[in-house]
Amino acid sequence: MIRVPVARFLPSMRTLAIVPPFLWLALFLLVPFLMVLKISLADLNFGTPPYTPLLTFEEGATQLTLHTQGYARLFSDSLYVTTYLNSVKMALVTTFWCVVIGYPMAYYIARSSPQVRALLMLAVILPFWTSQLLRVYAWVGILRTDGLLNKALIGLGLISQPLEIYRTDVAVYIGMIYAYLPFFILPLYANLVKMDLRLLEAAYDLGAKPWQAFWQVTVPLSRPGVIAGAMLVFIPSVGEYVIPELLGGADTLMMGRVMWGEFFTNADWPMAAAVTCVMVLLLLVPLALFQYNQMKQIQAGREGASKVPTNA
Amino acid sequence: MKWLSLGLGFLFLYAPIVSLMVFSFNASPLVTSWSGFSFRWYEALFKDEVLLRAAWLSFQIAGLTATAAVVIGTWVGYVLARMGRFRGFAVYVGMISAPLVIPEVVLGISLLILFIEMRSTLGWPADNGMFTIWVGHTTLCMAYVAVIIQSRIRDLDRSLEEAALDLGASPLRVFFSITLPLIAPALAAGWLLAFTLSLDDVVLASFLSGPGFSTLPMEVFSRVRLGLRPEVNALATLFILAVGICVIIAHRLVWRKETA
Repeated sequence: MIRVPVARFLPSMRTLAIVPPFLWLALFLLVPFLMVLKISLADLNFGTPPYTPLLTFEEGATQLTLHTQGYARLFSDSLYVTTYLNSVKMALVTTFWCVVIGYPMAYYIARSSPQVRALLMLAVILPFWTSQLLRVYAWVGILRTDGLLNKALIGLGLISQPLEIYRTDVAVYIGMIYAYLPFFILPLYANLVKMDLRLLEAAYDLGAKPWQAFWQVTVPLSRPGVIAGAMLVFIPSVGEYVIPELLGGADTLMMGRVMWGEFFTNADWPMAAAVTCVMVLLLLVPLALFQYNQMKQIQAGREGASKVPTNA
Repeated sequence: MKWLSLGLGFLFLYAPIVSLMVFSFNASPLVTSWSGFSFRWYEALFKDEVLLRAAWLSFQIAGLTATAAVVIGTWVGYVLARMGRFRGFAVYVGMISAPLVIPEVVLGISLLILFIEMRSTLGWPADNGMFTIWVGHTTLCMAYVAVIIQSRIRDLDRSLEEAALDLGASPLRVFFSITLPLIAPALAAGWLLAFTLSLDDVVLASFLSGPGFSTLPMEVFSRVRLGLRPEVNALATLFILAVGICVIIAHRLVWRKETA
């Protein structure tokens, strides 16, 4: 009789701790995306489900039918190409302005005294916690032709004709920069506040001028924070739906809107799925960069923690 | 330089909020011209059956979402901070941080497709509605909770946990009677963040809700996409005040603990 230790086949405590949350993510994140990929290769079907099956059984043989006309249309129809390019452009401009406005803010907050710092960060976080939808809606009243901004500028005598901002791309930019600015400031602040200030002192001792120390010490050291913040702005901006819908004009082309339209208005699932897949494909490089950055930060944090003597 | 950049930055962040609140007290239905102080939009708000029903629904979903997101998010955060490297670590980190950045439209479309496939093969879930929205919101919010908890656990002094282990407590017992109480403020912060994220979401809810099932943000969105609505200003004011007070209280609690 052969005895097999049962324990070897039971999952260890460690596995039991690691696997269950993974199952949730696999079921509700990974599997759904694979299904989108599948449907993007199907054809439109009138009925339920509204797409054709990829695998069919005919005369005892399994047949795989892939329809790529959705993708073909994406690349031949200039509307889609323009929309993709425009979404990327808008996300890039948004990210650029978030860096320009957010970097000095994060920097000065991180270099304030602890009390002031806590207060200012609270002021940055507060809008982040309140409804983004309602805050973007607030811009409608400001940017309209008869809105507060135009009234103020006319009242000050700066302009005589109201500016047409509402329902243009400019309004979308303002809304997106506004909505995503805290997402840029938070990770950058976390990075800047942890920076070892002795490095700056060393630079000064070696004769660096303040701006030299800033460009050669602070900026390179804050790179992980800038990357994390920029990705938190760029990636979701590419697929943004609510802001262009509220502030943009009918001609503000963004992928999120096209996907929404294909899905809800045209009920063309394979097309919506193809648009989704290409969008994710486009975001793959920034996503990988973001993940790599996250991984490095988690690991750096761990090594940092283990270096601290535990009995100190 | 310092005060210029901070001043302009905060003006940019707060001017829209302040204007929204001021004009919620405007007597005129023309939202951008002031004609006198009035509570009429607040009155209209509390008589608006549709908005109130949607709000109740949203609060229920947000409560359930926040609770589930804290349970799973804390679990993930602990695994990331304390379990060391394991096979598939990169995939794990990738999957948990994906919802932080992936456009919500992508998340919404793919989950909707999953539920429709499940319905046709398993016959469950029977309808889109509260359950499907809850799953979507939980998947989104647990990522935020995991990030908060992970960094909090990492900053913990390990010696307490190690002492308990040395004294013979099981790892599970250590987690529940040492680690959890130590991170309680972060748990509360995670719960509140998940609650507000769920309460604010339009995109996932629009994809995952069923016919005749409208959450508060969906209702608000359908009203304001066509222009200004004074009762929405009133709603926003109440909402921002409530959130503001909660955040300030939470902040004081955490901050006082840290300085004490």
